[in-house]
Amino acid sequence: MARKLLLEHINVPGINTFDVYRSKGGYAAVEKALKTLTPDEVVEEVKKSGLRGRGGAGFPTGMKWSFLAKPEGVARYMVCNADESEPGTFKDRYLMTYIPHLLIEGMIVSSYALGAKVSYIYVRGEMMPQIRILEKAIAEAKNAGFLGKNILGTGYDLELYVQPGGGAYICGEETALLESLEGKRGNPRIKPPFPAIAGLYGCPTVVNNVESIAAVVPIINDGGEEYAKIGIGRSTGTKLISASGNINKPGIYEIELGVPVEEFIYSEEYCGGIANGKRLKAVVAGGSSVPILPANLITKTINQQARLMTYESLSDGGFATGSMMGSGGFIVFDEDQCIVRNTWNFARFYHHESCGQCSPCREGTGWMEKVLHRLEYGHGKMSDMDLLVDVSKKIEGNTICPLGDAAAWPVASAIRHFRDEFEWHVTNGPEAITRNFGLAHYADPLPEPVAS
Amino acid sequence: MLKVEEIQTPVAFSAELIAQFADVVSRYPEGKQKSALLPLLHLVQAEFGWVSPPAMDKVAEYLDILPIEVYEVASFYSMYLLRPQGKYLLEVCRTGPCCLVGAEKIMKYIEEKLGVREGEVTPDGLFSWRGVECLAACGFAPVLQIGPEYTFYENLTPEKVDKLVADLTAQSKN
Ligand SMILES: Cc1cc2nc3c(=O)[nH]c(=O)nc-3n(C[C@H](O)[C@H](O)[C@H](O)COP(=O)(O)O)c2cc1C
Ligand code: SF4
Ligand code: FES
Repeated sequence: MARKLLLEHINVPGINTFDVYRSKGGYAAVEKALKTLTPDEVVEEVKKSGLRGRGGAGFPTGMKWSFLAKPEGVARYMVCNADESEPGTFKDRYLMTYIPHLLIEGMIVSSYALGAKVSYIYVRGEMMPQIRILEKAIAEAKNAGFLGKNILGTGYDLELYVQPGGGAYICGEETALLESLEGKRGNPRIKPPFPAIAGLYGCPTVVNNVESIAAVVPIINDGGEEYAKIGIGRSTGTKLISASGNINKPGIYEIELGVPVEEFIYSEEYCGGIANGKRLKAVVAGGSSVPILPANLITKTINQQARLMTYESLSDGGFATGSMMGSGGFIVFDEDQCIVRNTWNFARFYHHESCGQCSPCREGTGWMEKVLHRLEYGHGKMSDMDLLVDVSKKIEGNTICPLGDAAAWPVASAIRHFRDEFEWHVTNGPEAITRNFGLAHYADPLPEPVAS
Repeated sequence: MLKVEEIQTPVAFSAELIAQFADVVSRYPEGKQKSALLPLLHLVQAEFGWVSPPAMDKVAEYLDILPIEVYEVASFYSMYLLRPQGKYLLEVCRTGPCCLVGAEKIMKYIEEKLGVREGEVTPDGLFSWRGVECLAACGFAPVLQIGPEYTFYENLTPEKVDKLVADLTAQSKN
């Protein structure tokens, strides 16, 4: 059995209450940090752990913390990103629902490390039940002296508040989140300045994902070096994977980074194989924004190495034959699924969620949606695939925030790996609406590896 | 279609609602009360079922900001309803992962069952429905949510939809 650091006690009855959480060793990290470590020592432990941001970008958390500006007399803020809206990702909702105190504990330790006296958890507005759960957990923690003035008699003060969003995927982008928290539209800011210099209310701010903040708790309890022993290379620790789509056991799994993808899909411990006895067609491994990979490329890299659930292995082969870890939203497609339809669906999503500030993103996502719609409904042209690739290239890298890239990659990768299925939609229009393409050439051996 | 008079019906905020507003505003530093805007709009919507222009004007007045600052936010975020909906608005996830396991069929079923198209209200005023983007519940798909508490209904089947609609209809009569 894999080691569990975040979900170890998830099945303990009442673990969502302070008393049960505390009886299982909860809030020990707060005691240890506040009573025996200086803020800089906490940052140091997180650096040693090698923890990488779990929100999607995978940026080392300790390094991000050490960039925080600390001008005299200026407030600093710690903000938790609980906007969780990336299609395929549902781990943060799970964590907040069942073990809310883990996030609260992580927030206290992180805020202490950064010298924040007021911190916010920005939760997507649709998670009203989770907002209620967190508010109750905060009240319990405050009652027990872990929040508020002079925490545990150490002289450290912290107020923690929950802020609801309004239903906008873009508010997961950290600067859009800060705009939203200031009561504005979620338009991402031009960087620099980075939030570490000028974030919430223009003050130095750190934004971290729910899971990253929760992981700080075992890191402080066991020490950063202990945490770094789990995993492979620069992919340390455990990661929550949200598994969805055509598998026998969809749900949230805490894995030690380094599990082979094949084992993750087929073993009983995890997804339990493809549902209804079907065959695997494709996987989107890290949430809707990352490139889709056909069956043979997801389980093995182009060089025939077993692909592993690590940041490095999932991106092995670059965008030509690899993908990304992203937020860990693992979406599995069986042989009956239509890649064109799914690509259209994702394009519609990004068009709907574009904040509209940059023309390439605002207009380009709309064009991609329209062209994909006509392909899916049998009115496409052979030139449409090149058109789509062209539009995606014009968006990529030309926008204020990475939503543009996130919209471009799924389209470009679907055409790269499944062009024959797109072509079949053009040549078999009426049929393509009623019948799916099934498995494609990728069931055959791939061409020889190309030197990159 | 709503008539102008209906849209412009003045609203009154109860003392309890104002007390909730004050609690929210206390979470932010001095002078940063605009941060309360999104939470306040949720409170208004929970109270009235939607956010009408007069309600937005009153929120602006309360927060000491311009009405346009409220309108631009209310229209940016998808959760705020700028038109009255049915008493129960069924918001069904329409995004990729849910579609892999039948979200589109469920939406079609709901449309036929309620007999109204997306965005329309049933003649008795009880129900409306719409497709929304990923609700972070993709492993429990298909899913729908109903505000203002955003209760989730997961692993939907036609039978579960039948029961939900029957339960809500009964509930509305109490
Ligand atoms: C369009 C877009 C949406 C994002 N959505 C989320 C999200 O829902 N949750 C999240 O934690 N990070 C999201 N991110 C990443 C954040 O910008 C940021 O990198 C992250 O919150 C940092 O936390 P971490 O370092 O702990 O991962 C998103 C980024 C982009 C560009
Ligand atoms: S890339 Fe898209 S979402 Fe990001 S700022 Fe530009 S228009 Fe807005
Ligand atoms: S795709 Fe429907 S909840 Fe995520």
